Amino acid sequence: MSPATQAMQRDDSQNPGMLWVAEGASLWSRPPSAGQHSCADCHGDAASLRGVAVRYPRFDARLGRPVALDERIAQCRARQGAARPAPESDEWLALQAFVSHQSRGLPVAPDDDPRLAPYRERGRQLWQQRIGALNLACTHCHDGLAGGRLGGSTIPQGHPTGYPIYRLEWQGLGSLQRRLRGCMSGVRADPAPYGAPDLVDLELFLMDRARGMAWETPAVRP
Amino acid sequence: MTRARALVSLPASVRRGESFEVRTLVNHPMETGYRRDAGGALLPRDLVRRFACHYDGELVFAAELHAAVAANPYLAFHVRAVASGTLVFTWEGDNGFRHSESRALNVT
Repeated sequence: MSPATQAMQRDDSQNPGMLWVAEGASLWSRPPSAGQHSCADCHGDAASLRGVAVRYPRFDARLGRPVALDERIAQCRARQGAARPAPESDEWLALQAFVSHQSRGLPVAPDDDPRLAPYRERGRQLWQQRIGALNLACTHCHDGLAGGRLGGSTIPQGHPTGYPIYRLEWQGLGSLQRRLRGCMSGVRADPAPYGAPDLVDLELFLMDRARGMAWETPAVRP
Repeated sequence: MTRARALVSLPASVRRGESFEVRTLVNHPMETGYRRDAGGALLPRDLVRRFACHYDGELVFAAELHAAVAANPYLAFHVRAVASGTLVFTWEGDNGFRHSESRALNVT
């Protein structure tokens, strides 16, 4: 990341991601439908959710599978009468950004629940699986060539520590799933649909890979 | 996003006669009018055209924005503190876009 992008992320008055955080803060205390509870009614002050974002995805016993933070927020809101949000909708991203922002500065601390282990292992395999017409796996660029160049851009190590991120290329906020799907179409593979188990498994693996790194939401990336 | 939203930051207090930095960031897509969507149709232009800052009613800074400005435009500028008062920030643009914020300025 260039010094200019880093400066943009560090200063909350320059970081455009803070627009979504502010929007999330107002959604936090507004019930999703009339007569139902707002986030604040049950969870109180959002500071109580400090440490949540660095621990997700977690195992959901009722669903019998891991769920990422975006999914958890959508489920919680659905119980309060909210319609299923569209992937990458501003409202959903704003709540994710607001909740994730509470954990800024904390080290990534993945859940050690043994029920997550097979999914995390599957994520590791996906990371190493060659895909697409270019026949590349994530590991080839993001482990083997990290720090090198792809066209004009630096190849990052692929750490999920600042999502949702404000990406200058997108001119907006986007989720980790959007980023993963972008890489998949980049290697000419068929991107997994939003919410697909593949994407959650990859997130589990990536969070484990980033264990101990500082949380940055909302991060700014080129 | 559903509602216009802006971030404005200025110092908590300034000494009389000193200049201080004001930073503003407004939520806006700044669609150029030159891009096409996935179906090939031209996306209609949607820009913030003008930004203005009034200090107790007096215009102290204004800017005209055009298609080359990125989404969520960030503007920073300096203003000289004269007396405690109110700074009013206004963004106006295409499709009747208008957003206004005001901040109290404490001059000591």
